[in-house]
Amino acid sequence: MVWYGLRRIAHGGLVLVTAVGMMFWFIYVVPGDPASVILGPRADEAHRVALRAEMGLDKPIPLQFARFVERLSVGDLGKDVVTQEPIAGLIAHVLPATLALTFAGLGWALIVGVPLGCWCAMHRNSWGDRLVGVVSMATLALPSTILGIYALLLFAVTLHWLPAIGLGSGVGDEFRHLLLPALTLGLGWAGYLIRAVRSSMLEVLQENHVRTFRAFGVPEPRLALRYLLKITIAPVIAVVAIGMGSLLSNAVIIEIIFLRPGIGRLAYDAVLQRNFPIVLGAVLVAAVFYVICSIVAELLIASLDPRVRSAL
Amino acid sequence: MITAHDDAREPRPAPALILLARNLWSSAAGRVGLSCVLLIVGCALLDPWIVPYDPNAIDVSARLAAPSFQHWLGADQLGRDLLSRIIDGSRVVMSIVVIGVGVALAIGMAAGVIAGYGFRTVGAMFALFCDVIRSLPMMLFALAVASLIGTGLGTVTLIVIVFLIPVYFRIARNQTVVLKQSEYVTAARAMGASSLRVMLKHILPNLIGQMVVLVAMDVPTVIGIEAGLSFLGEGARPPLATWGSLLRDGFAFIREAPHIAMVAGVPIVIATIGFTFLGEALRDSLDPRVTRGPRH
Repeated sequence: MVWYGLRRIAHGGLVLVTAVGMMFWFIYVVPGDPASVILGPRADEAHRVALRAEMGLDKPIPLQFARFVERLSVGDLGKDVVTQEPIAGLIAHVLPATLALTFAGLGWALIVGVPLGCWCAMHRNSWGDRLVGVVSMATLALPSTILGIYALLLFAVTLHWLPAIGLGSGVGDEFRHLLLPALTLGLGWAGYLIRAVRSSMLEVLQENHVRTFRAFGVPEPRLALRYLLKITIAPVIAVVAIGMGSLLSNAVIIEIIFLRPGIGRLAYDAVLQRNFPIVLGAVLVAAVFYVICSIVAELLIASLDPRVRSAL
Repeated sequence: MITAHDDAREPRPAPALILLARNLWSSAAGRVGLSCVLLIVGCALLDPWIVPYDPNAIDVSARLAAPSFQHWLGADQLGRDLLSRIIDGSRVVMSIVVIGVGVALAIGMAAGVIAGYGFRTVGAMFALFCDVIRSLPMMLFALAVASLIGTGLGTVTLIVIVFLIPVYFRIARNQTVVLKQSEYVTAARAMGASSLRVMLKHILPNLIGQMVVLVAMDVPTVIGIEAGLSFLGEGARPPLATWGSLLRDGFAFIREAPHIAMVAGVPIVIATIGFTFLGEALRDSLDPRVTRGPRH
């Protein structure tokens, strides 16, 4: 188990280093010269040389990369080229808002999706199961751009129930501002989870030990909650972990639609300004977050499911 | 008599495609899926003949016009007819879907079969590449790429390809590993078939069914990438109409003219539901392992 954990961590590290290398190659090598991109076509030569020297672009590429990795390893993501603020600070400042949005979205999707998925599996092919199946299938693939805009149109523009934009101030107000974006972000996920839980549970229901429980007269709700959920949940954790990437990705769009400051908004504004160090920093932070999530998920699965554990 | 012999034959079975279509039409999900997909694909193919107006024609008098008999779905901030722009946009979006998914499928499947067949180093390197791609947040990465190599539909297609390759790679590799151990492959190899021949003639055709299902399910993802990037202004360049750029226009005027955003979302909803349901129905009729189970 420990060995397995270490191996997963090493693999995660390898993925991150490769990702860093790819991003570095992409941003610093392919388009030629970030300095000229940042300064625009009308900058004079002296400016460009000065900026190149400041960003270390006049050094050989391997040296640049080594320096880049060295700085990264101590958590230094470089400086904003416009305001000279450290990027790690900028990201740390907006990260809580993004994490709150992501986990609120995932949270409600889990709270709704897991029980509903269980219920559907226990009442297979009932009209309730079919209805939930159709609705979840329809919502799970809808792009978050559409969901966000429709939610905004319905609840904020037409009905005026919820505040549409911004972060809010004070705990209650912040919660009200979080509600609509989180609902939007989690909707597709709820559908996804319902399907994952349902199919995983259906598989478990066919096993022999379930028949034995039933033969002993264990009541269905107790059977579902006490004995089945634990086995059912492992594939669901895998689905959630793999989906963390797309969840963050959708959070970017949601933050822009609802004008919430966050890592997506920060990166988007940076892209518009052609402020690449910030974009790179944001992508890396998100990648680290994803890798951590997937390692945690794999370890959780191994600790929950004895079959996986014994196969290690 | 020679013809008598022919007459004695059994009636010829209908071609596989027609059988498949009939099979799809027999389920409710299949009917909904096929109808929506045919509607969208029809719009994309017949675009120049069915648009009521030139999609880029500006008519200031119809600025932000609500739906009416002249403009069935209303007009945008420059007075361009929304229905025409949606139909025109479907051609653009479907082109991205066809090119993006096609290229990703070709690369992902080829690499997957090669990796699964036993070329370990290639497989490991490609798997690492796929893990890296999966770890990157797609929208942020797409924004970064768009700002570096420029905005446009080429960039959107590139992003689609890069993010879909891992999906097809993984499935193709896992399936190949399984198929390689099956008896008919062993038999083919025992008869002296080369690795290339086994991969092309015996393994690839067996992957097609599963891939068709995956492709149908992935179309909404592609539409979502286009919609997201164009919505953020890093995809289609104006005045080109795509579903994403229509959403962008609608979002900008969401308070003055909410009908633009509302109408712009409709084709995306239809296409998403259509392709998802079609994929589901295809899975039921193509994948022999899915059993429908007894109905209670």
